[in-house]
Amino acid sequence: MATEFIARGQDLELKGIRKEFPGFVAVDNLDLKIPAGEFFALLGPSGCGKTTTLRMIAGLESPSKGEILLGGKDIAGMKPHERPVNTVFQNYALFPHMNVLENVAFGIRQRKLTEPLPKAEKALAMVELEHLAQRRPQQLSGGQQQRVALARALVNRPSLLLLDEPLGALDLKLRRQMQIELKAIQMEVGLTFLHVTHDQEEAMDMADTVAVMNQGHIEQLGAPEVLYDRPKTAFVAKFLGQSNMFIGKVTETNSETTSIEYKGKKITGLTKRSEKVTGVIAIGVRPEKTNFHETEPVSDPGLNILGPGEITDIRFTGVSNQYQIDIPAIGVMTVFAQNVGRSPVVELGAQVYVSWKIEHSFGLSDLPSGVEEDK
Amino acid sequence: MAFVAFGSQAPAKEQGPSKTGRVALFLLLPGLFYLALFFITPLVSLIITSLKAPSSTGAIGRYDLGLEFGNYVYALTQYAPQIFRSFSFAVLATVIALAISYPIAYFIAVKSRNRPLLRGILLTLVVAPFFISFLLRTFAWKQIFSNDSLVVNVLKDIGIFGADSYIIGTNFAVVFGLVYNFIPFMTLPIYANLDRLDLSLVEAGSDLYASPSKTFRKITLPLSLPGVISGTLLTFIPISGDYVVASRDFLGGPDTAMIGNVVEANFLRIQDYPTASAISVMLMATIVVLVSAYVRRSGTDDLL
Repeated sequence: MATEFIARGQDLELKGIRKEFPGFVAVDNLDLKIPAGEFFALLGPSGCGKTTTLRMIAGLESPSKGEILLGGKDIAGMKPHERPVNTVFQNYALFPHMNVLENVAFGIRQRKLTEPLPKAEKALAMVELEHLAQRRPQQLSGGQQQRVALARALVNRPSLLLLDEPLGALDLKLRRQMQIELKAIQMEVGLTFLHVTHDQEEAMDMADTVAVMNQGHIEQLGAPEVLYDRPKTAFVAKFLGQSNMFIGKVTETNSETTSIEYKGKKITGLTKRSEKVTGVIAIGVRPEKTNFHETEPVSDPGLNILGPGEITDIRFTGVSNQYQIDIPAIGVMTVFAQNVGRSPVVELGAQVYVSWKIEHSFGLSDLPSGVEEDK
Repeated sequence: MAFVAFGSQAPAKEQGPSKTGRVALFLLLPGLFYLALFFITPLVSLIITSLKAPSSTGAIGRYDLGLEFGNYVYALTQYAPQIFRSFSFAVLATVIALAISYPIAYFIAVKSRNRPLLRGILLTLVVAPFFISFLLRTFAWKQIFSNDSLVVNVLKDIGIFGADSYIIGTNFAVVFGLVYNFIPFMTLPIYANLDRLDLSLVEAGSDLYASPSKTFRKITLPLSLPGVISGTLLTFIPISGDYVVASRDFLGGPDTAMIGNVVEANFLRIQDYPTASAISVMLMATIVVLVSAYVRRSGTDDLL
């Protein structure tokens, strides 16, 4: 067993990982590189293979194929207790027969390191729970248990910390607070964090890099802003926020712009923001990038203009209003307008035009499935 | 009417609990009646009998009321070897049964957790012996171990046994029979406990650098202790008083008698009721003391 652990995190690299369970493939040919010290989120719907991936890294499942490199060393063959990796489990998995302090000291005792209790006390102080050291886990609230689980993992100074939906059981307010604390702790200790979650807001909020997983493979990987601004597949566009999508045949393309024809209307995007520029492609735009106008805007090659259409629904969400606009022969579009006092005052049933800048369009590599996206 | 309306608030409040109290008492009655009839009465009767003196008329099997504490001294001195043997056998058989049952229960509850068919078959196998009478099963072992049985002959042929060796009537045969008969009582409580074991705790143990054997000792075993304790109690207590296995009609011999056999002989053959009762009372008191000490030591007071 490795008895010396590095205080800083290490690079994690997955090469061609595949995991088969009887009857289905959970993870298929997964390649992933997480640089040391990064907060990395694996985001996806349930059943996408993200938890299986995490369990393979922890050693709780063994991959059917592929390599898991931690700091350049293949750990795929190592037993879980031999890996310098710690996990914060989804249900926390605190030992009910030990008090909080003994829970936190457990890893240090197992590695036979010196001063298990003082170290555990320090870790508890970091999560501000030193006053509860003598309690049993069952006597703590969900948020407190979550922090104990975090302290129990962090006290070992692992090269890599795995978080398996650790905030899933908390209520919204506590969740926001824990997100901020978790991020602060990660910055403070400088460890590599791998966070598995199905909550896109949580992933985008905390992670430096987000990998969106779907059906056992990674759809897209990048900084949260990039993923949101420039989704490459329909799945990513749909999973991270909302979008208006248009599917049509490419009518013209050059080094600058690419246009499709959608139900007789021309919709243009930038060629460099398109994954595909031939055949039938999907072009999308985020609702908050669109504007509406009560009079027809002046035609401009830099703008996509649709309409007029009727406002069929207005939803007030606090920071913004969400409008549904039914444009004849085009379909229903969603437009978000910030409540800054200067958004046009419109009412249900008003006739408006919708426009957005062509640089806000994104072209996808695949087509959205189902008709509801065919707006 | 005005007065009633005015005063109705307070009495109604007081009536509530006393009414539920009466209902509770009523619901308790069958249980209390059962306890009084089948526990308190025999116990008092047993204690009274244990203090009786021989009849002044001298008739055999007739005793007069008295306070003969000498009955206890007599029983203790007369049957000390059997008392000691009973508890030794009970401890030994319980430990062996635990050693056999824990792995079985662990395998059924943990290892075959995702294989319901295998699990059902194994559980049935554990319980299956109950379908046949306890006496018949013990008698079957008497046949298997009898002096010219296949087992004994093979052991003689391969030289492990001498020409005049035997199994029936030895301590081995009795302890074997006790372990065999009481294994399900040990296995089922442990199984029921391990069945509830949260495997993510085991995973957390291995994630926190504990090897599989360390994880077992630090996590699985302590968490399954309540099951182990109920299993050992369900085994130890009946074994201490068992009188079938060690009897000469079954697997026992002249030197294997346990307390149960002594009680049986005194009650049914010698008709020395006071001595038999005195031994019974002592057996019961000893078990209560041993068990409470054991449970307290194991830190699971809530079992008692």
